[in-house]
Amino acid sequence: MTLLQIASLTKRFGALTALQDVSLATEAGTIHGLIGPNGSGKSTLMKCIVGDVEPTSGEILFEEKPISQQSTTERARRGIGVKFQITSVFETLSVYDNILLAAQSHARLATLALSRSRGALADEIDDLLDQFKLWERRDEQAADLSHGEQQWLEIAMALARRPRLLLLDEPTAGMSLPERAHTGALLRSLISSCAIVIVEHDLSFIRDISDRLTVLDRGRVVKSGTVGEVQDSSEVKEVYLTRV
Amino acid sequence: MADCHSQAHRRGGRLILLELLVLLVLVLAPFVVSHYFTILLTRFLILALLALSFDLVWGYAGIMSFGQSLFFGAAAYAVAMAVKLTGSAPLIAVFPATLAIGAALALIIAILLFGRRIGASSAMLAALGTLTATYIAERIVRTTNVLGGQNGLSVPSAPSLGSFSIDLGVPFYVLALLTLLATYLICRFLVRSQLGLVLAGLRTDERRIAFLGYDVVVLRVITFTFAGAIGGLSGGLYALHEGFIAPNVIGVTLATQAVLYGLFGGIGTLIGPVIGVILIEGLSYKLADQFPYLWPILLGILLLLLVIFRPSGLVGLLVSDRERIGRFGTSRRASGQSS
Repeated sequence: MTLLQIASLTKRFGALTALQDVSLATEAGTIHGLIGPNGSGKSTLMKCIVGDVEPTSGEILFEEKPISQQSTTERARRGIGVKFQITSVFETLSVYDNILLAAQSHARLATLALSRSRGALADEIDDLLDQFKLWERRDEQAADLSHGEQQWLEIAMALARRPRLLLLDEPTAGMSLPERAHTGALLRSLISSCAIVIVEHDLSFIRDISDRLTVLDRGRVVKSGTVGEVQDSSEVKEVYLTRV
Repeated sequence: MADCHSQAHRRGGRLILLELLVLLVLVLAPFVVSHYFTILLTRFLILALLALSFDLVWGYAGIMSFGQSLFFGAAAYAVAMAVKLTGSAPLIAVFPATLAIGAALALIIAILLFGRRIGASSAMLAALGTLTATYIAERIVRTTNVLGGQNGLSVPSAPSLGSFSIDLGVPFYVLALLTLLATYLICRFLVRSQLGLVLAGLRTDERRIAFLGYDVVVLRVITFTFAGAIGGLSGGLYALHEGFIAPNVIGVTLATQAVLYGLFGGIGTLIGPVIGVILIEGLSYKLADQFPYLWPILLGILLLLLVIFRPSGLVGLLVSDRERIGRFGTSRRASGQSS
C-alpha cells in the first residue's frame, strides 16, 4: 500500500525554486531515503510533507487522501511524525517528560487536566527509554544530553505518538559510529509499525537501511528506485555521487 | 551524577515550603494585625487573584497579556451596576457572574487575537492586542455616563452569604483568603497535571507542540479564558471590598501592575505573583507616605534590576529552575531495572 504519495510538488521562495515538480511514493513498511547535496531541497520537501511550508503547487496524499490543505496539527494527528534537522527537544523538561509530552498527545484535554493517562503510559515510555539508551538519564533535563542523545530523544518522541509515517531529517548527525549503528538497527526494527522517510548525508548509513532511495539535486528528482538501481545509475554518479 | 541528583533533591521541596509559609502567614495575619491592616491585606489577597490570572497566561502558557485588568474591571463594573440596581450582592450570584463575565470577555478576545496564528508574531500580537483592548475599554468607561465616567461608581452594599453579611475586616478577609486558596489549589492542580506539561511545552516551543499533534490555538484559548475567569472573580470581589471603583480598574495601569506583580515575585510559580502583590503593595503603602516622590522611582529601579539580573523573580532566588518547572511524570520502574 502506498502510504505517502507526492505528485508534481513545486515550492518557490521568491525567485528561488527549492522544489521543482517532485514526485515520489513511499510504501508502508519501508524505509525511503532522500539524498542529495546541500540545497537540493530535501529539508524543504520534509517541511512540505508536515505542513511547515506550503507548496506552491502539487499534491501530497497520505493514505490516499490529500493533506495539502491540512494544518500541521491535523497531519500529526493523522499519523505523521517528524524529527527535524535542527534538534528541538524541550530542553527545560526532563527526558522522561519529553517523551510523556509526545505520548500523551492523543489524549483529550479533560484526560490531561485530570492526569488520567500518566500511569497508563509509563510502561510504554520506559520501553522507549530503554530502546534509545536513555533510561539512566530519564530524570535529567533534556538540555544536559549530548547532541546524539538529543537526536535519540527526538526520535523517541516522534515514535511515542505511534506514527504511521516517520520523517527523519539527518537523525544521525553528530553521532558516533556505534551510535549510528544502534540508530540504524532501531530504525530497521520499526518498519513493521511505520514507514520511514529519512534524509541523511551519510551515504553508507542510508544505503544500509533504506529500501528505496530518491536522489534530489537542485530541487529536482534525479533518480528514484531501489538502492541497487540508484547506485548503478550513471546519472546519479555523474550528478550527485561524484560531487559529494 | 549522584551529586547532581542529591543536590537537586536537597533543593527540591523549597517551593512547597514557601507556599506553606505564605499560607501560614496569611492565616495568622488577622490575629496579629489591626482592623485597618486586615482590610489592607484583604485588598492584597484580591489583587493576588489578578496576579494569578496573569501568571497562568504568561508564566504557564507564554501569552504576554496586558488584558487581565480588562476582565477584572469589566466584572468590577458589572458588580457595581448590579448592586446599584438591586441593592444587594449575594455571593451565590456574584461568584458565577464574575467568573462568567471574565471568561466570556477573555474568550472573545482570545478568538480574535489567536485565530490560527502560530509563530513568533503571535506573542507580539497577544501583547499589543490585549494592551489595545485594555486601553479602549478604559476610554469607553471614562466617557460613559451610566458607568460613572471619570468619577467611577460607588458599590454601597456588602456581599452576603444567605442571611450573613460579609463586612469589611476579618469576615471579608476570610472570604478573600478562602477564594484565593481555592483558586490557587485549582491552578496548582492544573499546572502540575499532564495539561501543565503541555503548557510547559507550549511556552517553550509552540511550533514543536503543533508537530506533536496538539492544537495550539485551542490550548491558548482555553488557558486565556480560564485566566480571564479568575481575573473577573478578582474584579468582582475588589468592587465589593473597596465600595468604589474608578476607570483605572479596567485600564492599562492595573494591567501593567499585574505584570509587575508576576515579574517581581516570579512567574511560572503561582506563589511568586502572590508574594509579588504582598511585597509591592506592602512596600508601596509603607514607603509612599515617607517618600511620595522618590518611592515610584525606587520601585521602578528595583523592578528593573530584578528583571535584568533575576528574570525568575524573587522566588527564583530560593527555588531552582528545575523545581520551578517541575516534573510531570516518572518511571514506575526501580533504579537499576533498565533492560
